[in-house]
Amino acid sequence: MPYSTNPNSLAIEVMDLTVAYGEKPVLWDVDLKVPRGVLLAIVGPNGAGKSTLIKAILGLIRPAAGQVLVFGQRYLPHAKMIGYVPQRGSVDWDFPTSVLDVVMMGRYGHLGWIRRPGHAERQLAKECLQKVGMVDFAGRQISQLSGGQQQRVFIARAFIQDAPIYLMDEPFAGVDATTEKSIITLLRELRSQGKTVVCVHHDLETLKEYFDWTMLLNVRCVALGKVEEVINHENLRRAYGGRSAFLAGAGINKADK
Amino acid sequence: MINEFFQLIIGDYTLRIVAMGAIILGLTSGCLGTFAVLRQQSLLGDAIAHATLPGVGLAFMLTQSKNPLILLLGAGMSGWLGTMIILLITKTTRIKKDTALGMVLSVFFGVGLVFLTIIQKMPTATKAGLDKFLFGNAATLLMDDLKVMAVLAGIAIFTLILFWKEFKLIVFDYDFAKSIGVRIHFLDVLLTTLMVMTIVLGLQTVGVVLMSAMLVAPAAAARQWTDKLSVMVLLASIFGILAGLMGALTSSLIENMPTGPTIVVYLSGIVMFSLLLAPHRGLVFDWIKINRQREQIRTSTMLKNLLLFSEINTDPFHPHDMAALRAVGRGAFNRTMLQLLKKGLVKRHDQNRWALTPEGLKVAKRLTALHEESFDVGLT
Repeated sequence: MPYSTNPNSLAIEVMDLTVAYGEKPVLWDVDLKVPRGVLLAIVGPNGAGKSTLIKAILGLIRPAAGQVLVFGQRYLPHAKMIGYVPQRGSVDWDFPTSVLDVVMMGRYGHLGWIRRPGHAERQLAKECLQKVGMVDFAGRQISQLSGGQQQRVFIARAFIQDAPIYLMDEPFAGVDATTEKSIITLLRELRSQGKTVVCVHHDLETLKEYFDWTMLLNVRCVALGKVEEVINHENLRRAYGGRSAFLAGAGINKADK
Repeated sequence: MINEFFQLIIGDYTLRIVAMGAIILGLTSGCLGTFAVLRQQSLLGDAIAHATLPGVGLAFMLTQSKNPLILLLGAGMSGWLGTMIILLITKTTRIKKDTALGMVLSVFFGVGLVFLTIIQKMPTATKAGLDKFLFGNAATLLMDDLKVMAVLAGIAIFTLILFWKEFKLIVFDYDFAKSIGVRIHFLDVLLTTLMVMTIVLGLQTVGVVLMSAMLVAPAAAARQWTDKLSVMVLLASIFGILAGLMGALTSSLIENMPTGPTIVVYLSGIVMFSLLLAPHRGLVFDWIKINRQREQIRTSTMLKNLLLFSEINTDPFHPHDMAALRAVGRGAFNRTMLQLLKKGLVKRHDQNRWALTPEGLKVAKRLTALHEESFDVGLT
């Protein structure tokens, strides 16, 4: 295992990361240190580069500058290291396949070239569907799922990777309150197993309740740290600009409680 | 009649070759076409097909040979070049993908036509017959052509089966595939290469102009009938073989009938049938479903309205006038009433007055309590 070298290393360390599409930088000189075993939320306005940061950490896009270390090592995409939950809308849900098949895809990296998923993968996929409460949908065609169900299928697909780190792009987008609660319970479970979870999050109201660490991002890293230390008027104004007066109230009151 | 038809094929050497060519073509284009359609690359197939034409012309001009291996090699390289240029344009300039496709398609096709015209004017004896690459001519297929086609098809289908799991993954979720360390660029190039091979092997039979129909139509029709990728590939292959076989044979039996358009006519039939009549996804099925839902909403609304009226009266089974019912909501039609009557939920007092039955009252109360147009209270 090349990744388990230094037990004291950070889970994720991003240094001087700059990403640009065309001329405009999407991320500018971003540093991020994520300790092991935390639930961290990346928060910021639209166009702040939240998804881009996640994709850059995963190695899906090539940065203009900077580097990403995972457990102290240069990171190359690897199925056993990071489980990725993309935005729900990033795939065509009319693709002809079943829920169980999609979850098993999380195991393809472990299987390697050509080998087909078999009984073991099937069993694992069912266990993961059980965890997200979707085992009854295993045989269902994916186009028949609701938004929250799609989200849970993606989470199950990440779970089956059994990785020490999870990166999730808006796991709560478009899901109802009950599903949101059940997802956050799952994330806490991951944390209690010593895993590190990083989510792109939108709702300042629930930030304090759901996460223990947060990063305020707006092209640059505005603030990083424990939620209660980071969420204050000054930081929110710097992250959200003029709209902060409106936004901050809710976030801070919640955070101060 | 059908018996005679088969006698003709089995007895006639040329037709036998035509039939086998059509089967190879239909099978391969069904398989690869499914992936092209799911990757939303149907138009790329069309551009590649048109882009193969200058390669055919150039290969002939350079070698003066009509050896299928040489011509199709030229076609393949030219098609590949076209694909690369499309990728290059979309990556390095601000031109959008559909514009890049359109430009490459028309430029390559134009150059190809110029080459063919030059060849027509050349004093070579072997020049005749290259125009079959435009609209296809299955009747001129030779054993040599068939061998080349069979090898290409074999390689394409074998590779597809070998990397089935990987291809399925990159088509469904490209980013996720990359995130788990799958070699997506390699697979991307490989899958596109298989598509080029498929197009090339169909050129003599269908022609560059309509080859993309062979990729897209069977897959689009197959999607209507199934929600499983493997079944979709299988069905697309069957549709491809059917249309290819019928088209190739029809065109071979009628003089001067190009094969490409004939196949497309059969394909259209298959697609139309599938679009209309496939269960779950077909238009007719949709139409029936929507109508049934409307009917259900009408009948349940009517029951609820009758209940509403009867609550004003002391007698819940008091008959009410149609005009009054119509005033409180839409859907007060005789047809709706007759349906409720058939289920025993209402009874007719006289020409224009209706009342709930005890059974109808029960259902209406349940519907109102559920506060929705619930369909599971025995109305269906």
